Amino acid sequence: MRVPILKQRDYLIASIQSALSDEDLLQLRDDLVEQTGRYRSRGAIVDVTVLDVIDSFAVRTLRAVAHMISLRGAETVIVGIQPEVAFAMVQLGLTLEDVATALDLEEGLAFLDRRIGGAAKHA
Amino acid sequence: MSKRRPPATAVEPTPESTAALLRELVAHLRRNRTQLREEWARRITESRLLTAMTREEIFAEATSVYDNYVEVLETGSVEALQAYARNLSERIIPRGVETHEVLGIVLLLRDVLARSLFKKYQDNFALLNAVLDAYEPAANRIANTVAVGFVQERERIIRQQQEAIRELSTPVLQVRDRLLILPIIGVIDPQRARQLTEQLLRGIRSNRAKVVVVDITGVPSVDATVANHLVQTVDASRLMGANVIVTGLSSEIAQTLVTIGVDLGKINAVGDLQGGIEEAERLLGYKVLMVGESPVSVPERGK
Repeated sequence: MRVPILKQRDYLIASIQSALSDEDLLQLRDDLVEQTGRYRSRGAIVDVTVLDVIDSFAVRTLRAVAHMISLRGAETVIVGIQPEVAFAMVQLGLTLEDVATALDLEEGLAFLDRRIGGAAKHA
Repeated sequence: MSKRRPPATAVEPTPESTAALLRELVAHLRRNRTQLREEWARRITESRLLTAMTREEIFAEATSVYDNYVEVLETGSVEALQAYARNLSERIIPRGVETHEVLGIVLLLRDVLARSLFKKYQDNFALLNAVLDAYEPAANRIANTVAVGFVQERERIIRQQQEAIRELSTPVLQVRDRLLILPIIGVIDPQRARQLTEQLLRGIRSNRAKVVVVDITGVPSVDATVANHLVQTVDASRLMGANVIVTGLSSEIAQTLVTIGVDLGKINAVGDLQGGIEEAERLLGYKVLMVGESPVSVPERGK
């Protein structure tokens, strides 16, 4: 299932609706990176609230997304990791280092506002 | 210790003869109750068992155990003994009586009684063998019952205490909007560590926390497992979008952590709880202002 990506002002919001196969994840990565350029987005939010398993492939892909998007000049934040998932991930050593995370969509938006709004102000 | 039945004896043990022998045995034990009981109590004191109890208490318990013992030999039913053993364990465990002591006294009684049988039947080896055949399984069963009863009672107490500790376990408290504190007191074992993390992560979600201060002032020591768990907790909280500040790392704990080489690069540590809360407020953008002068002395206000 293809993940819908919503454009909201300067941000892209990828709202995952169901468990994803590896292909779906790669598709999501390509879509997000491509649309970041197309819409001149400043930030991307990946909402993983519905995922009850985040495995090493998913973590690797999410990190890749974040790195690619940062190379395209935008910020990425992963939101909605559930407590059980978070705990399982760290036990497997999947800590999503150097990728921003936030509690939920609202927090993610606030985070991007702070990061990008702040940068714009200082520029 | 266990005596195999000799291949040829004058008295062939049949169920009836075993029952008859047991009856005779019980009668013998009843007749010599006072003397055997005293002998047993003496041996207990001699072996320095049950040192937590007074001589009178030992004698009183010895009498009850002796009577129960004889009764089991007579009826073959261990239920009453089981109940007694449970009751006895309940009374003596809080006084620090150890498993080896309980097992020791039961085995002593077994030996004392066996000795008296040896003495009584020393002239008739075949009969002695038959009596021991009847006596030994019953005696072993009794020893077994008492020991198992004692150990079960201990385990029950341990379970109960673990439950109590778990219930006393750690609260996750909100001190400001988006700021939680988790004061940990006492030893952390892997199970508790896991529980703590789960509680904290749920707390982060339900309170929408951005910063968590984990205070480990009350933790006496930290080993590699617990330290790693701490790191995992920090990582997991970050995945949920919350910052963790660890406070109250004593110098001993700091030394241990460095010695065992835990990767603490990711841990944001602040000296004490107050400093941790101040740091958290800074992260959250709070600024604490003192309004006016503080009262010169508190009692004056009470006047």
